[in-house]
Amino acid sequence: MGVGIEVTTLNAWYGTNHTLQDINLNIPANHATALIGPSGCGKSTFVRCLNRMHETNPIARVTGTVRIGDLDIYKDCKPVEIRRRVGMVFQRPNPFPTMSIYDNVCAGLKLNGYSNRRALDEIVEKSLKNSALWDEVKDDLKKKSGASLSGGQQQRLCIARALAVDPEVVLMDEPASALDPVSTAKIEDLIFQLKAQYTIVIVTHNMQQAARVAEKTGFFLNGRMVEFDATHKIFTNPSDKRTEDYITGRFG
Amino acid sequence: MEELTERTEYKMRARLRALADGTATGLAVLATILVVAPLVAIFVYLVYKGASSLTWAFFTDVPKPVGEVGGGMANAIYGSGILLTVGSLIGVPVGISGGIYLAEFGRGTKLANAVRFTADVLNGVPSIVMGIAVYSLIVVPQGHFSAFSGGVALGIMMIPTVCRTTEEMLLMVPNAVREAALALGVPNWRSVLAITVKTASPGIITGCMLAFARVAGETAPLIFTAFGNVGWNSRLDEPIAALPLQIYVYALSPYDDWHRLAWAGSLVLIVLIVLAVSLVRYVTSRGVLKGAS
Repeated sequence: MGVGIEVTTLNAWYGTNHTLQDINLNIPANHATALIGPSGCGKSTFVRCLNRMHETNPIARVTGTVRIGDLDIYKDCKPVEIRRRVGMVFQRPNPFPTMSIYDNVCAGLKLNGYSNRRALDEIVEKSLKNSALWDEVKDDLKKKSGASLSGGQQQRLCIARALAVDPEVVLMDEPASALDPVSTAKIEDLIFQLKAQYTIVIVTHNMQQAARVAEKTGFFLNGRMVEFDATHKIFTNPSDKRTEDYITGRFG
Repeated sequence: MEELTERTEYKMRARLRALADGTATGLAVLATILVVAPLVAIFVYLVYKGASSLTWAFFTDVPKPVGEVGGGMANAIYGSGILLTVGSLIGVPVGISGGIYLAEFGRGTKLANAVRFTADVLNGVPSIVMGIAVYSLIVVPQGHFSAFSGGVALGIMMIPTVCRTTEEMLLMVPNAVREAALALGVPNWRSVLAITVKTASPGIITGCMLAFARVAGETAPLIFTAFGNVGWNSRLDEPIAALPLQIYVYALSPYDDWHRLAWAGSLVLIVLIVLAVSLVRYVTSRGVLKGAS
């Protein structure tokens, strides 16, 4: 089941560059929340703060609190623990090139010491079915490399890999921006289904996409969150002038 | 009229481009031939000079005393095998570990820069100097030449090549792959070993093979360490024969029969190196999946 995310006065830096400034945000459980905004506005940095990937960059720094479910992720636990509970899908599909499809899906479990074969088989099947890839790959699970799939299939494989560790939240950083329209539609359908089980945060450049998949949308600009509201409100009747300018295409 | 000149000009340019293209391709082909030709020439000459002395006895007998015809290099082939095994057992793990440190853990640190610099200098140290160094560090304190000291000398020579290629290959692994592993909640050390190193392994293996092939033909570092041996020896604490040493001794001798054996030995050395490298490539390429890059 998904859990909600509560962000309070989150600030983040890359070196001296203050990329996120005083972000306050409540992301509801079991919904899809979209983050939109022009390039460099801090959307990606923001989601990377939600699973502590931000700090893998040696010059990065972060302050503030992020509560995921009942866990204060910067206080109560180590980065590896929170990353197991918060899955991430990246902009470019990044399957492990030397691993088979099967090994890609269960990589997170295997590398964390999980080795029950029968359970792994089940998890792999379930995750691939959840990511709508099972029918396309079930015959070459262990024969083909993850890198041999098409771009869209690779991205669904990466989603399956993230789902296999049974997270509560799935972060998606522009998951469809490197894909063609057909693959994009598949990913969007998938997000729709996944909402039932997971809390989803999706960063996107594509405003129609945000409108299609998300109940809530946040608009970021220059490291600040300008507006956060129900998606239909953001797109039809935004309360901030800057949001309106952005969604009507006046800048960005 | 104007259109016409434009068209002729276009044709002229097209012809120039075709000419430039042809020249560049021709130069590339020429360079390829220049690269391959010496290898082919050496190999053909070795076969021509050495093949006639390649009898069964060459692979089964030890050298005969001076004046007697015949004899083989069985002990030297075996000795080279032992020396290279000891060398690889030292050079490969130390080199790979060093490379992993440079690329994954020590990036940008002073220690890493020092290690990298040391490796590059070590790579440039003449092999005879390596022999003398190991001689004074191991042979002199122990009081005798030994297979072990020879293996150490070869191993140290392998380290820089293995270390630097490992680093280069690891740096070629896209950051996205590292991030994918970290985002799954895999601890960094585990991600490095199970994901990054595995992804770079074909290149790392090539580096090891390169180092192996290079030291397999080394004579100088063995002169003061393994020393050579006319008989059989399987003990690490005694002098041992090695193919390059034996070739060196026989080639410098005044006997025609020994010269022929030296040619044959050179041929065997090259063939064995090629075989060893191919074997490792074959073994490590099995189990690679369809479509893996």
